[in-house]
Amino acid sequence: MDPTQLEGFEQTFLPYMSAAYNLARWLTGSDQDAQDVVQESYLRALRFFGGFRGANSKAWFLTIVRNTGYSWLQRSQGQELTTPFDEQVHDIEDQSQGPEMELLQSATRQDLMAALEKLPVDFRETLVLRELEGLSYKEIADVIGLPIGTVMSRLARARQRLRQALSDRSPKEA
Amino acid sequence: MACREMDRIEAYADGQLDLGSSLNIEQHLIGCETCAAALEKQQTLRSVMGRASLYYDAPPQLSARIRSAVRRQAKVPAVSRPAAPAAWRWFAVAAPAASIAILVWALVAVSRTPSKGDLLDREIASAHARSLMGDHLMDFPSSNQHTVKPSLSGRLDFSPEVKDLSSAGFDLLGGRLDYLDSRPAAAIVYERRKHLINLFVWPLEAGAVEGPVETSLRGYNMIHWAQSGMNYVAVSDLNPAELQSFRRALQD
Repeated sequence: MDPTQLEGFEQTFLPYMSAAYNLARWLTGSDQDAQDVVQESYLRALRFFGGFRGANSKAWFLTIVRNTGYSWLQRSQGQELTTPFDEQVHDIEDQSQGPEMELLQSATRQDLMAALEKLPVDFRETLVLRELEGLSYKEIADVIGLPIGTVMSRLARARQRLRQALSDRSPKEA
Repeated sequence: MACREMDRIEAYADGQLDLGSSLNIEQHLIGCETCAAALEKQQTLRSVMGRASLYYDAPPQLSARIRSAVRRQAKVPAVSRPAAPAAWRWFAVAAPAASIAILVWALVAVSRTPSKGDLLDREIASAHARSLMGDHLMDFPSSNQHTVKPSLSGRLDFSPEVKDLSSAGFDLLGGRLDYLDSRPAAAIVYERRKHLINLFVWPLEAGAVEGPVETSLRGYNMIHWAQSGMNYVAVSDLNPAELQSFRRALQD
Protein backbone atom coordinates (compact mmCIF):
# COMPACT_ATOMS: atom_id res chain seq x y z
CA MET A 1 0.00 0.00 0.00
CA ASP A 2 1.41 3.41 -0.82
CA PRO A 3 1.88 5.98 1.97
CA THR A 4 -0.85 8.32 0.70
CA GLN A 5 -3.40 5.56 0.74
CA LEU A 6 -2.32 4.52 4.21
CA GLU A 7 -2.63 8.09 5.38
CA GLY A 8 -6.16 8.19 4.02
CA PHE A 9 -6.97 4.98 5.85
CA GLU A 10 -5.58 6.29 9.13
CA GLN A 11 -7.31 9.63 8.86
CA THR A 12 -10.62 7.96 8.13
CA PHE A 13 -10.59 5.19 10.71
CA LEU A 14 -8.24 6.02 13.60
CA PRO A 15 -10.76 8.54 15.00
CA TYR A 16 -13.15 5.63 15.59
CA MET A 17 -10.79 3.84 17.93
CA SER A 18 -12.75 4.80 21.04
CA ALA A 19 -16.04 3.80 19.47
CA ALA A 20 -14.50 0.52 18.35
CA TYR A 21 -13.02 -0.17 21.76
CA ASN A 22 -16.24 0.68 23.59
CA LEU A 23 -18.26 -1.64 21.37
CA ALA A 24 -15.69 -4.44 21.58
CA ARG A 25 -15.44 -4.00 25.34
CA TRP A 26 -19.18 -4.35 25.77
CA LEU A 27 -19.29 -7.33 23.42
CA THR A 28 -16.40 -9.30 24.89
CA GLY A 29 -16.55 -8.18 28.51
CA SER A 30 -12.77 -7.92 28.87
CA ASP A 31 -10.20 -5.23 28.25
CA GLN A 32 -7.57 -7.52 26.73
CA ASP A 33 -10.04 -9.19 24.40
CA ALA A 34 -11.48 -5.85 23.37
CA GLN A 35 -8.00 -4.61 22.45
CA ASP A 36 -7.37 -7.73 20.38
CA VAL A 37 -10.72 -7.37 18.64
CA VAL A 38 -10.00 -3.72 17.84
CA GLN A 39 -6.59 -4.58 16.41
CA GLU A 40 -7.99 -7.41 14.33
CA SER A 41 -10.75 -5.08 13.11
CA TYR A 42 -8.26 -2.48 11.93
CA LEU A 43 -6.27 -5.09 10.04
CA ARG A 44 -9.44 -6.41 8.45
CA ALA A 45 -10.55 -2.91 7.56
CA LEU A 46 -7.17 -2.34 5.93
CA ARG A 47 -7.65 -5.47 3.85
CA PHE A 48 -11.15 -4.46 2.77
CA PHE A 49 -10.27 -0.78 2.36
CA GLY A 50 -10.14 -1.19 -1.40
CA GLY A 51 -13.85 -2.06 -1.39
CA PHE A 52 -14.82 0.89 0.80
CA ARG A 53 -16.66 3.54 -1.20
CA GLY A 54 -16.60 6.34 1.34
CA ALA A 55 -20.26 6.09 2.32
CA ASN A 56 -20.69 5.98 6.09
CA SER A 57 -17.23 5.21 7.39
CA LYS A 58 -18.23 4.90 11.04
CA ALA A 59 -21.01 2.40 10.35
CA TRP A 60 -18.74 0.57 7.90
CA PHE A 61 -15.99 0.24 10.47
CA LEU A 62 -18.28 -0.65 13.38
CA THR A 63 -19.75 -3.42 11.22
CA ILE A 64 -16.28 -4.93 11.03
CA VAL A 65 -15.72 -4.48 14.77
CA ARG A 66 -19.07 -6.04 15.53
CA ASN A 67 -18.47 -9.04 13.28
CA THR A 68 -14.95 -9.52 14.60
CA GLY A 69 -16.33 -9.36 18.14
CA TYR A 70 -18.97 -11.93 17.32
CA SER A 71 -16.45 -14.34 15.78
CA TRP A 72 -14.36 -13.86 18.87
CA LEU A 73 -17.31 -14.71 21.13
CA GLN A 74 -18.19 -17.76 19.11
CA ARG A 75 -14.62 -19.03 19.13
CA SER A 76 -13.79 -18.34 22.72
CA GLN A 77 -17.00 -19.23 24.46
CA GLY A 78 -19.09 -21.12 21.98
CA GLN A 79 -21.65 -18.65 23.18
CA GLU A 80 -25.24 -18.90 22.04
CA LEU A 81 -25.62 -15.61 20.27
CA THR A 82 -29.24 -15.42 19.39
CA THR A 83 -31.98 -14.62 21.84
CA PRO A 84 -35.25 -16.47 21.46
CA PHE A 85 -38.18 -14.11 21.18
CA ASP A 86 -39.37 -13.56 24.71
CA GLU A 87 -43.15 -13.25 24.78
CA GLN A 88 -43.32 -12.67 28.47
CA VAL A 89 -41.01 -9.74 28.51
CA HIS A 90 -42.57 -8.34 25.37
CA ASP A 91 -46.11 -8.53 26.65
CA ILE A 92 -45.61 -6.98 30.03
CA GLU A 93 -48.12 -4.21 30.52
CA ASP A 94 -47.31 -1.04 32.27
CA GLN A 95 -48.43 -1.57 35.81
CA SER A 96 -47.58 0.56 38.79
CA GLN A 97 -45.38 3.35 37.48
CA GLY A 98 -44.28 4.86 40.77
CA PRO A 99 -41.93 2.32 42.35
CA GLU A 100 -40.36 1.39 39.01
CA MET A 101 -39.49 4.98 38.28
CA GLU A 102 -38.06 5.49 41.73
CA LEU A 103 -35.90 2.41 41.45
CA LEU A 104 -34.79 3.51 38.02
CA GLN A 105 -33.87 6.96 39.28
CA SER A 106 -31.86 5.58 42.18
CA ALA A 107 -29.82 3.12 40.07
CA THR A 108 -26.09 3.64 40.47
CA ARG A 109 -23.45 3.28 37.78
CA GLN A 110 -22.64 -0.15 39.16
CA ASP A 111 -26.27 -1.25 38.91
CA LEU A 112 -26.39 -0.13 35.30
CA MET A 113 -23.10 -1.75 34.35
CA ALA A 114 -24.25 -5.03 35.88
CA ALA A 115 -27.68 -4.88 34.27
CA LEU A 116 -26.30 -4.07 30.82
CA GLU A 117 -23.64 -6.76 31.10
CA LYS A 118 -26.29 -9.34 31.90
CA LEU A 119 -28.39 -8.58 28.84
CA PRO A 120 -28.09 -11.03 25.95
CA VAL A 121 -25.44 -9.84 23.54
CA ASP A 122 -27.82 -8.85 20.72
CA PHE A 123 -29.82 -6.62 23.07
CA ARG A 124 -26.66 -5.26 24.62
CA GLU A 125 -25.07 -4.28 21.32
CA THR A 126 -28.23 -2.53 20.13
CA LEU A 127 -28.33 -0.42 23.29
CA VAL A 128 -24.62 0.34 23.11
CA LEU A 129 -24.89 1.45 19.48
CA ARG A 130 -27.93 3.58 20.20
CA GLU A 131 -27.36 5.03 23.66
CA LEU A 132 -23.57 5.17 23.82
CA GLU A 133 -22.63 5.68 20.17
CA GLY A 134 -25.72 7.62 19.17
CA LEU A 135 -26.13 5.73 15.90
CA SER A 136 -29.37 6.19 13.96
CA TYR A 137 -31.75 3.26 13.44
CA LYS A 138 -30.54 3.05 9.86
CA GLU A 139 -26.90 2.90 10.91
CA ILE A 140 -27.63 0.26 13.54
CA ALA A 141 -29.50 -1.75 10.91
CA ASP A 142 -26.43 -1.54 8.66
CA VAL A 143 -24.05 -2.55 11.43
CA ILE A 144 -26.00 -5.55 12.66
CA GLY A 145 -27.30 -6.48 9.21
CA LEU A 146 -31.01 -6.52 10.03
CA PRO A 147 -34.01 -4.49 8.86
CA ILE A 148 -34.87 -1.26 10.66
CA GLY A 149 -38.10 -2.80 11.96
CA THR A 150 -36.12 -5.48 13.74
CA VAL A 151 -33.77 -2.87 15.17
CA MET A 152 -36.74 -1.00 16.59
CA SER A 153 -38.35 -4.00 18.23
CA ARG A 154 -35.02 -5.21 19.55
CA LEU A 155 -34.26 -1.82 21.00
CA ALA A 156 -37.69 -1.72 22.64
CA ARG A 157 -37.19 -5.12 24.21
CA ALA A 158 -33.65 -4.31 25.28
CA ARG A 159 -34.86 -1.20 27.09
CA GLN A 160 -37.73 -3.11 28.62
CA ARG A 161 -35.32 -5.73 29.94
CA LEU A 162 -32.88 -3.18 31.24
CA ARG A 163 -35.62 -1.32 33.08
CA GLN A 164 -36.88 -4.58 34.46
CA ALA A 165 -33.44 -5.62 35.67
CA LEU A 166 -33.00 -2.27 37.37
CA SER A 167 -36.45 -2.44 38.97
CA ASP A 168 -35.82 -5.98 40.18
CA ARG A 169 -32.96 -4.87 42.36
CA SER A 170 -33.83 -5.45 45.98
CA PRO A 171 -34.41 -2.14 47.77
CA LYS A 172 -31.36 -2.79 49.97
CA GLU A 173 -29.07 -2.55 46.97
CA ALA A 174 -30.58 0.69 45.85
CA MET B 1 -53.71 -0.42 28.14
CA ALA B 2 -51.47 -0.74 25.16
CA CYS B 3 -51.80 1.91 22.49
CA ARG B 4 -51.08 1.28 18.83
CA GLU B 5 -48.89 4.37 18.71
CA MET B 6 -46.57 2.86 21.36
CA ASP B 7 -44.12 1.58 18.76
CA ARG B 8 -43.59 5.06 17.45
CA ILE B 9 -42.99 6.56 20.89
CA GLU B 10 -39.50 5.08 21.10
CA ALA B 11 -38.63 6.24 17.62
CA TYR B 12 -39.94 9.68 18.55
CA ALA B 13 -37.84 9.81 21.71
CA ASP B 14 -34.83 8.63 19.71
CA GLY B 15 -35.31 11.47 17.25
CA GLN B 16 -35.78 8.99 14.42
CA LEU B 17 -39.13 10.21 13.07
CA ASP B 18 -39.52 12.72 10.30
CA LEU B 19 -41.01 16.09 11.14
CA GLY B 20 -44.59 15.23 10.15
CA SER B 21 -44.67 12.04 12.21
CA SER B 22 -43.07 13.82 15.16
CA LEU B 23 -45.78 16.46 15.15
CA ASN B 24 -48.47 13.76 14.98
CA ILE B 25 -46.96 12.02 17.97
CA GLU B 26 -46.75 15.23 19.93
CA GLN B 27 -50.42 15.80 19.23
CA HIS B 28 -51.20 12.23 20.27
CA LEU B 29 -49.19 12.51 23.48
CA ILE B 30 -51.45 15.25 24.79
CA GLY B 31 -54.37 12.88 24.94
CA CYS B 32 -52.78 9.48 25.62
CA GLU B 33 -51.59 8.77 29.15
CA THR B 34 -50.16 5.38 28.24
CA CYS B 35 -47.88 6.85 25.63
CA ALA B 36 -46.94 9.79 27.83
CA ALA B 37 -45.91 7.35 30.55
CA ALA B 38 -43.94 5.25 28.07
CA LEU B 39 -42.14 8.35 26.88
CA GLU B 40 -41.29 9.37 30.40
CA LYS B 41 -39.92 5.91 31.13
CA GLN B 42 -37.66 6.02 28.14
CA GLN B 43 -36.43 9.51 28.93
CA THR B 44 -35.70 8.48 32.50
CA LEU B 45 -33.77 5.44 31.36
CA ARG B 46 -31.77 7.55 28.97
CA SER B 47 -30.89 10.17 31.56
CA VAL B 48 -29.92 7.46 34.06
CA MET B 49 -27.71 5.80 31.44
CA GLY B 50 -26.19 9.11 30.48
CA ARG B 51 -25.43 9.97 34.09
CA ALA B 52 -23.75 6.64 34.72
CA SER B 53 -21.06 7.17 32.04
CA LEU B 54 -21.08 3.64 30.69
CA TYR B 55 -18.62 4.45 27.94
CA TYR B 56 -15.39 2.48 28.05
CA ASP B 57 -12.51 4.68 26.95
CA ALA B 58 -9.75 3.01 25.01
CA PRO B 59 -6.56 2.51 27.05
CA PRO B 60 -3.91 5.08 26.09
CA GLN B 61 -1.41 2.59 24.67
CA LEU B 62 -3.92 1.05 22.26
CA SER B 63 -3.45 3.76 19.68
CA ALA B 64 0.28 3.10 19.27
CA ARG B 65 -0.33 -0.61 19.11
CA ILE B 66 -2.93 -0.24 16.35
CA ARG B 67 -0.82 2.18 14.33
CA SER B 68 2.19 -0.09 14.30
CA ALA B 69 0.09 -3.16 13.46
CA VAL B 70 -1.57 -1.27 10.60
CA ARG B 71 1.75 -0.03 9.27
CA ARG B 72 3.25 -3.49 9.48
CA GLN B 73 0.42 -4.89 7.44
CA ALA B 74 0.47 -2.02 4.96
CA LYS B 75 4.23 -2.59 4.55
CA VAL B 76 4.99 1.05 5.21
CA PRO B 77 7.94 1.87 7.49
CA ALA B 78 6.84 1.89 11.13
CA VAL B 79 6.41 5.06 13.19
CA SER B 80 9.62 4.22 15.03
CA ARG B 81 11.44 5.78 12.02
CA PRO B 82 9.67 9.11 11.79
CA ALA B 83 12.33 10.80 9.64
CA ALA B 84 11.58 8.82 6.49
CA PRO B 85 7.88 9.65 5.97
CA ALA B 86 8.40 13.31 6.90
CA ALA B 87 11.22 13.72 4.40
CA TRP B 88 9.21 11.85 1.84
CA ARG B 89 6.33 14.25 2.23
CA TRP B 90 8.54 17.33 1.92
CA PHE B 91 10.11 16.05 -1.24
CA ALA B 92 6.79 14.96 -2.66
CA VAL B 93 5.72 18.58 -2.63
CA ALA B 94 8.94 19.95 -4.04
CA ALA B 95 10.07 17.38 -6.55
CA PRO B 96 8.56 16.48 -9.91
CA ALA B 97 7.17 13.03 -10.48
CA ALA B 98 10.35 11.51 -11.87
CA SER B 99 12.40 12.45 -8.82
CA ILE B 100 9.72 11.02 -6.56
CA ALA B 101 9.99 7.71 -8.32
CA ILE B 102 13.74 7.69 -7.83
CA LEU B 103 13.39 8.78 -4.22
CA VAL B 104 10.85 6.10 -3.39
CA TRP B 105 13.10 3.54 -4.99
CA ALA B 106 16.02 4.88 -2.91
CA LEU B 107 14.01 4.77 0.30
CA VAL B 108 12.96 1.22 -0.38
CA ALA B 109 16.58 0.33 -1.09
CA VAL B 110 17.75 2.01 2.12
CA SER B 111 15.10 0.39 4.24
CA ARG B 112 16.25 -2.95 2.89
CA THR B 113 19.87 -2.37 3.96
CA PRO B 114 19.68 -5.01 6.64
CA SER B 115 18.88 -8.03 4.48
CA LYS B 116 15.38 -9.41 4.45
CA GLY B 117 16.66 -12.49 6.24
CA ASP B 118 18.18 -10.43 9.07
CA LEU B 119 14.98 -8.50 9.52
CA LEU B 120 12.95 -11.68 9.61
CA ASP B 121 15.31 -13.18 12.19
CA ARG B 122 14.87 -10.09 14.32
CA GLU B 123 11.11 -10.31 14.00
CA ILE B 124 11.16 -13.97 14.93
CA ALA B 125 13.42 -13.43 17.95
CA SER B 126 11.14 -10.63 19.13
CA ALA B 127 8.00 -12.65 18.57
CA HIS B 128 9.53 -15.52 20.51
CA ALA B 129 10.66 -13.27 23.37
CA ARG B 130 7.27 -11.56 23.47
CA SER B 131 5.48 -14.89 23.64
CA LEU B 132 7.40 -15.73 26.82
CA MET B 133 6.26 -12.57 28.60
CA GLY B 134 3.09 -12.52 30.63
CA ASP B 135 0.44 -14.74 29.16
CA HIS B 136 0.96 -14.11 25.48
CA LEU B 137 2.19 -17.62 24.83
CA MET B 138 -1.00 -19.29 23.74
CA ASP B 139 -4.35 -18.35 22.33
CA PHE B 140 -5.40 -21.97 22.25
CA PRO B 141 -3.73 -24.03 24.97
CA SER B 142 -4.12 -27.71 24.24
CA SER B 143 -1.90 -30.76 23.98
CA ASN B 144 -4.27 -32.21 21.43
CA GLN B 145 -3.22 -31.64 17.83
CA HIS B 146 -6.83 -32.10 16.71
CA THR B 147 -7.88 -29.16 18.87
CA VAL B 148 -5.00 -26.85 18.01
CA LYS B 149 -5.19 -27.26 14.24
CA PRO B 150 -8.82 -26.19 13.70
CA SER B 151 -8.42 -23.33 16.18
CA LEU B 152 -5.59 -21.94 14.07
CA SER B 153 -7.13 -22.73 10.69
CA GLY B 154 -10.31 -20.97 11.73
CA ARG B 155 -8.50 -17.69 12.16
CA LEU B 156 -6.00 -17.84 9.31
CA ASP B 157 -6.26 -17.98 5.56
CA PHE B 158 -4.28 -21.23 5.52
CA SER B 159 -4.25 -24.44 7.49
CA PRO B 160 -1.01 -25.28 9.30
CA GLU B 161 -0.13 -28.86 10.06
CA VAL B 162 -0.02 -29.59 13.79
CA LYS B 163 1.90 -32.70 14.82
CA ASP B 164 1.99 -34.61 18.06
CA LEU B 165 5.72 -35.04 18.77
CA SER B 166 5.47 -36.38 22.31
CA SER B 167 7.08 -39.65 21.26
CA ALA B 168 10.16 -37.67 20.17
CA GLY B 169 10.21 -35.83 23.50
CA PHE B 170 8.56 -32.57 22.45
CA ASP B 171 5.25 -31.88 24.15
CA LEU B 172 2.61 -29.86 22.34
CA LEU B 173 1.38 -26.99 24.52
CA GLY B 174 -0.92 -25.14 22.15
CA GLY B 175 -1.21 -22.59 19.37
CA ARG B 176 -1.19 -18.86 18.95
CA LEU B 177 -1.73 -16.34 16.17
CA ASP B 178 1.22 -14.17 15.36
CA TYR B 179 2.36 -11.75 12.73
CA LEU B 180 5.54 -12.28 10.73
CA ASP B 181 6.96 -11.07 7.45
CA SER B 182 3.95 -8.74 7.06
CA ARG B 183 1.35 -11.44 7.26
CA PRO B 184 -0.48 -13.57 9.83
CA ALA B 185 1.38 -16.67 10.91
CA ALA B 186 0.58 -19.67 13.05
CA ALA B 187 2.74 -20.17 16.12
CA ILE B 188 2.67 -23.69 17.50
CA VAL B 189 4.22 -24.06 20.91
CA TYR B 190 6.15 -27.10 22.09
CA GLU B 191 8.14 -27.79 25.22
CA ARG B 192 11.17 -29.90 25.98
CA ARG B 193 12.68 -29.99 29.46
CA LYS B 194 11.11 -26.64 30.35
CA HIS B 195 12.55 -25.07 27.18
CA LEU B 196 9.86 -23.59 25.00
CA ILE B 197 9.91 -23.84 21.24
CA ASN B 198 7.88 -21.59 18.99
CA LEU B 199 7.24 -23.10 15.60
CA PHE B 200 6.14 -20.40 13.17
CA VAL B 201 4.34 -21.48 10.03
CA TRP B 202 3.12 -19.32 7.16
CA PRO B 203 2.56 -19.81 3.44
CA LEU B 204 5.58 -19.89 1.21
CA GLU B 205 6.35 -17.05 -1.13
CA ALA B 206 8.76 -17.14 -4.02
CA GLY B 207 12.39 -16.85 -3.00
CA ALA B 208 12.09 -18.42 0.44
CA VAL B 209 14.81 -20.71 1.77
CA GLU B 210 14.55 -24.41 1.10
CA GLY B 211 16.70 -25.02 4.12
CA PRO B 212 17.25 -26.14 6.68
CA VAL B 213 19.24 -23.02 7.54
CA GLU B 214 20.48 -22.42 11.05
CA THR B 215 20.74 -18.92 12.45
CA SER B 216 20.95 -17.45 15.91
CA LEU B 217 20.17 -14.07 17.40
CA ARG B 218 20.23 -12.73 20.96
CA GLY B 219 20.77 -16.20 22.40
CA TYR B 220 17.94 -17.83 20.48
CA ASN B 221 18.58 -20.55 17.95
CA MET B 222 16.50 -20.75 14.83
CA ILE B 223 16.08 -23.16 11.98
CA HIS B 224 14.36 -22.08 8.78
CA TRP B 225 13.09 -24.48 6.19
CA ALA B 226 10.35 -24.90 3.63
CA GLN B 227 8.04 -27.85 3.46
CA SER B 228 4.76 -28.60 1.67
CA GLY B 229 4.22 -25.03 0.53
CA MET B 230 4.91 -23.48 3.93
CA ASN B 231 7.69 -21.56 5.60
CA TYR B 232 8.75 -23.10 8.88
CA VAL B 233 10.89 -21.47 11.54
CA ALA B 234 11.61 -23.17 14.83
CA VAL B 235 12.99 -20.85 17.51
CA SER B 236 14.06 -21.67 21.04
CA ASP B 237 16.80 -21.33 23.61
CA LEU B 238 17.35 -25.05 23.16
CA ASN B 239 20.75 -25.98 21.72
CA PRO B 240 20.96 -26.27 17.92
CA ALA B 241 21.35 -30.05 17.99
CA GLU B 242 18.15 -30.61 19.87
CA LEU B 243 16.38 -28.06 17.71
CA GLN B 244 17.53 -30.02 14.66
CA SER B 245 16.08 -33.19 16.12
CA PHE B 246 12.84 -31.28 16.60
CA ARG B 247 12.88 -30.34 12.92
CA ARG B 248 13.60 -33.91 11.86
CA ALA B 249 10.74 -35.19 14.00
CA LEU B 250 8.46 -32.66 12.28
CA GLN B 251 9.62 -33.54 8.79
CA ASP B 252 9.31 -37.29 9.30
